[in-house]
Amino acid sequence: MRDVVATTPGLFPLPDWAKDELSDLKGHQKSDLVSGDEGGEIASTYDRVRTELVDRQVEAGLGRVVEGQARWDDMLAHPLAVHENVETRGIVRYYDNNNFYREPVVRGDLTFDGDVAAELEAVDVDASDLQAVLPGPYSLSDLATDEHYGDAESFLAGIAEFLAAEADALPEHETLFLLEPSLVESAPGDGLDEAASEAIDRVAAAVDSDVVVHTYFGAVPEKPYAHLMDADVEAIGFDFVTDHEQTVYNVQEYGTKDDIAMGVVDGQNTLVETADEIRERIQWVEERVPAQSFDTVYATANTELFYLPTNKAEAKLDALAAATEEVLEA
Amino acid sequence: MSYNAIDTREQFRPDDHPTDHFLLTTVVGSYPKPKWLNRAKELQGERESFTDEHLQEAEDDACRVITDEHERAGLDVVVDGEMRRNEMVEYFAHRIDGYEFNGPVKVWGHNYFDKPSVVGEVAYDEQWLVEEFEFTTDAATRPVKVPITGPYTLANWSFNEAYDSEEELAYALADLVNEEIDKLVDSGCQYIQIDEPALATTPDDHAIVGECLERIADDVDEDVRLGLHVCYGDYSRIYPEILEFPVHEFDLELANGDYDQLPVFLEEEFTKDLALGVVDAHTAEVEPVEVIKENIKKGFEVVPPERLTVSPDCGLKLLPRDVAYGKMENMVKAARQVEEELDAGEITVGYAGEAGGNSPTPADD
Repeated sequence: MRDVVATTPGLFPLPDWAKDELSDLKGHQKSDLVSGDEGGEIASTYDRVRTELVDRQVEAGLGRVVEGQARWDDMLAHPLAVHENVETRGIVRYYDNNNFYREPVVRGDLTFDGDVAAELEAVDVDASDLQAVLPGPYSLSDLATDEHYGDAESFLAGIAEFLAAEADALPEHETLFLLEPSLVESAPGDGLDEAASEAIDRVAAAVDSDVVVHTYFGAVPEKPYAHLMDADVEAIGFDFVTDHEQTVYNVQEYGTKDDIAMGVVDGQNTLVETADEIRERIQWVEERVPAQSFDTVYATANTELFYLPTNKAEAKLDALAAATEEVLEA
Repeated sequence: MSYNAIDTREQFRPDDHPTDHFLLTTVVGSYPKPKWLNRAKELQGERESFTDEHLQEAEDDACRVITDEHERAGLDVVVDGEMRRNEMVEYFAHRIDGYEFNGPVKVWGHNYFDKPSVVGEVAYDEQWLVEEFEFTTDAATRPVKVPITGPYTLANWSFNEAYDSEEELAYALADLVNEEIDKLVDSGCQYIQIDEPALATTPDDHAIVGECLERIADDVDEDVRLGLHVCYGDYSRIYPEILEFPVHEFDLELANGDYDQLPVFLEEEFTKDLALGVVDAHTAEVEPVEVIKENIKKGFEVVPPERLTVSPDCGLKLLPRDVAYGKMENMVKAARQVEEELDAGEITVGYAGEAGGNSPTPADD
């Protein structure tokens, strides 16, 4: 009998009180975004936000709890945006969304930083419930500009080394989600697709936890998907909201790991799925891959949750938790 | 239907216009709000004694002041600076049945937008802009243009909970925009600008925007001037396809990129009127008249003078108010000087200086 675990890819919207408080404390301009060495009132506000986000996930009854990534002003580019050898420049579009982040330009060695590990250290839940979140190496290299490593493959390898060191410093946790939307949105071409998979291997090898490479904004093209299957990770995550047909085709054609993450809740629409709908979506996938049985199914939102207003993001946590209880009972 | 057969532009030439040539001067729409209007809005939340009527009075006053400011700058066609509108999607969503608000969502950093959700069939409820138009017309001595957010942007910048596709939602909203435009025309409006900034970020959807415009333009009197404003995108991905749209004028942002996208419009004959952005809406320095004159002349590479409208790149609302005013004032001065030079035959750039401008030969440069 497979285990169904309710979770999310993290990057929660700030609670509304924190939106106001932090804009007053920090300001609205590019230069006001999080620097990595913030302290005082800003840091204590983020501590309160973290506690609220964690408590809310526990209250919902999720199987894995994330830190919430409230400080990630630059979304998945955050670990670079706060790095000392990275310069942040103009505001650039975040994938195909009406969202923007500071372009991180890497100008020196990506030495160990520890920013993400420090965040996770501050979370007060059992390690067996804790889920870490990092950008996948390919997506992070895709979101950034390189002025140091020289070519795409060296840059990707440099990013992978950096993320491996960051992952190695994480406190004990059960699951690590590596978010790789760029495998869909700007899929790697010949050569780089294999390198992307090797880069994921490098990061995954740094932790003892179960690693899930979560992809979204659609389906990964076939060739990069085939390479992704070579990566030594416990699960691949799929977006069954944006393009369920092509996504399930990848699984039918190339198989997948023994565990799977299913993006079955829409992180970009306020319409809250019912527990029944979520359960039906999970069953829909399982019925189409009868040859495959899963040990663990992670039921998750397809994307980060910051696109949503707070009340709807929270309602989706409740729905995910409720739905996975029903799946287990069924 | 041809959107070039009828001249919708000459009606805006002032009776006392001093030159034979006429470059229609106007603005895109939004303008910095007087600080006291923002304070009045805060007061409404803070004090019970500050009523809706008090806020309305403040908005009326702001509308009069800003309309007058546009007239003092010398614009041929004015707006009220959108004093009553908070944001270009929210304002309309509050007035359409079927929308609900759940709270702010992040755009970037600590900049948020109250992105609404469509939770049921959209339907026309209270009027959107007729009262604004009538009030502004009473306050103005010049003709008044009405900017209205287009249905594609209203759909694309909302959460869609109710319709099978964003396309279907956009068409339903287009029917409502058509209804509002009918009411505006009935109340005397002759110049309507449809704002579709979302097209710039999803250029592959230009056919959907085209179909929306067909619905919007349906049954609108043929002497009513319809414009389309699109900004901050890659125009090569929507041109020349947009020439098929049923509008008279395209209002384009080109000063921001220092006209690096101008060649896009030279590859295929520009068969509509061009409202050319000649001042940058996102730099806080007022461009000198001489610089703006050179920008205006770039427009003659695309269209003859009788099809050129002179306008800022985009709404001016993010600028300090004195800078916004300075840009409008210099823009009008520059246009009037270029008109004189055209009358005198001193300008022979592109389509300018051709006899009547009817059989032009574009310049090679």
